[in-house]
Amino acid sequence: MQTAVAEKVFLKGNEAVAMAALEAGCRCYFGYPITPQSDIPEYLSRELPRLGGEFIQAESEIGAINMLLGASAVGARAMTSSSGPGISLKQEGISYMAGSELPGVIIDVMRAGPGLGGIDASQADYWQATRGGGHGGYRIIVLAPASVQEMYDLTMMAFDLSDIYRMPAMVLADSVIGQMKESVTPNPRPVTALPPKEWVVRGRESGAKQNIVKSLYLGDGEMEKFHWKMQARYQELAEKECRWEELHTADAELIVTAFGSTARIARTAVAMGREAGMKVGLMRPITLFPFPKKAYAALSGQCKLFLDIELSTGQMIDDVRLAIARDAEVLFYGRPPGAGSLPTPEELFEQIRKNYPTHA
Amino acid sequence: MKQLFTRPESLKDVATHFCPGCHHGSVHRLVAEAIDELGIRSETIGVASVGCSVFLYGYFDVDVIEAPHGRAPAVATGAKRARPDRIIFTYQGDGDLAAIGMSEIIHAANRGEDITVIFVNNTTYGMTGGQMAPTTMPGQKTSTSPYGRDVSKDGSPFKMAELLATLDAVAFSARVALDNPKNVLNARKLIKTAFRYQVEKKGFSFIEALASCPTNWGMNPLDANQRVTDEMIPYFPLAVYKNTANL
Repeated sequence: MQTAVAEKVFLKGNEAVAMAALEAGCRCYFGYPITPQSDIPEYLSRELPRLGGEFIQAESEIGAINMLLGASAVGARAMTSSSGPGISLKQEGISYMAGSELPGVIIDVMRAGPGLGGIDASQADYWQATRGGGHGGYRIIVLAPASVQEMYDLTMMAFDLSDIYRMPAMVLADSVIGQMKESVTPNPRPVTALPPKEWVVRGRESGAKQNIVKSLYLGDGEMEKFHWKMQARYQELAEKECRWEELHTADAELIVTAFGSTARIARTAVAMGREAGMKVGLMRPITLFPFPKKAYAALSGQCKLFLDIELSTGQMIDDVRLAIARDAEVLFYGRPPGAGSLPTPEELFEQIRKNYPTHA
Repeated sequence: MKQLFTRPESLKDVATHFCPGCHHGSVHRLVAEAIDELGIRSETIGVASVGCSVFLYGYFDVDVIEAPHGRAPAVATGAKRARPDRIIFTYQGDGDLAAIGMSEIIHAANRGEDITVIFVNNTTYGMTGGQMAPTTMPGQKTSTSPYGRDVSKDGSPFKMAELLATLDAVAFSARVALDNPKNVLNARKLIKTAFRYQVEKKGFSFIEALASCPTNWGMNPLDANQRVTDEMIPYFPLAVYKNTANL
């Protein structure tokens, strides 16, 4: 195992996730094999026993998410990971965790769908991730890495945000980011002020009140009260935790917006546009929930044309439309996920060139 | 004056929602007595399931995690692995454990998780109004088997205590009933034994308790109790199926 030192190492995205989890103090991992994320359970099956941690290859994705629920309920930092079909199976447990106000980290290395789909990169689970995914009306924290370094950094951040806001946090990657290798600086765990876990189920010590982790609310008004409490928490998240990256936006007449691996490709296309003399910028949301609405609103005050690019037929574009000023316009370029549909920088540059505003 | 009989400390002094004649209350009491007698209340965590058993946290004076339907053994697995110093038990009905949760119970048992599972088998889904369960008996009429369970189409009832006893990693498996004082005393002893397995770190322990459900069987409490004696026990024999450590 690589220990956390601020020296560069060459790592796969999935390995960076596993390494970051260990550095974040995660000692319980529960997973099930599925491409393209199996490097994560493989890495942790090797390293966790050496650290006195627990690795379980669960009987199913459902088993794994419920083990996460149980470990989290007793106060442990715990993680699971999966992709497409497996994440669908986990939604029941994620809904229960959200309803029980339990932290816990879920890594989603997106693959193409629906159904068995394919193992190529996809961004078509944006809605599933950012809208809650399971039943009942809830949100979870969703972070979108665009590099192997961010796979590392955002995984650690997911543990902290999840503990602070008492809700599941998802790292929404895809098979490109998960499988590619880059040099990474494995930074030590950041020092974060974390609230004490007074709610933890720990056995009824003498004099201590009974702790119950549950999501059942039958009393008059109880369920409604829970929802309003969570709405306030989502609001607080939006105010404090939005993260995004802007590139060349100050003078931009066209702002390309994309997340994750697509943003990586778009970055090259934007550079090509600048070289060709076009005032084109890039807006990359890093937190997908909370979505950086205010940042988009501010940008749309100065730039009236956006080009949303996704590896799907368009999902994040809904959030972009809701966030920008009414007199700004969003164009869309997307490729449905699947083998051979990953766009090239030249292809995206062509979209920039074609849509770049010409002032008459 | 010496007090001979009182409420176990591990049970709260509240009225339960259980119907008259239901055996859940008896099983609750026996589990609470075992926890009291072993002196483990301060380290015990209950995992409630979905069904009539869900209100566990309202009746037991122990910390409780509420699990999704059928998933209690997986939740208990995660909790036990993270806190191996705790005593963790699940309390599940037949729909929860033997239908939607079959995968979770089989695999937790097969891994030999150091947990105790209390399985209450009343041959029906109680909470949702008496539908056919995986333990519903051949010919038994329920709200979703109005012509009686047809084994040619619905299969035969699962005998969970026997089934789990076949797994190498299961340390203790027994079936008990609560239809008469002798059986209640035996159930009391075996439930305590199941918890002793965990206290002494001897492995996975399982108790199946045959229970009445007068409301959903459409019977009065006495007739329902008699059904346990006359119909259920012959089909689901009371026995200790596995006792690897001879506790």
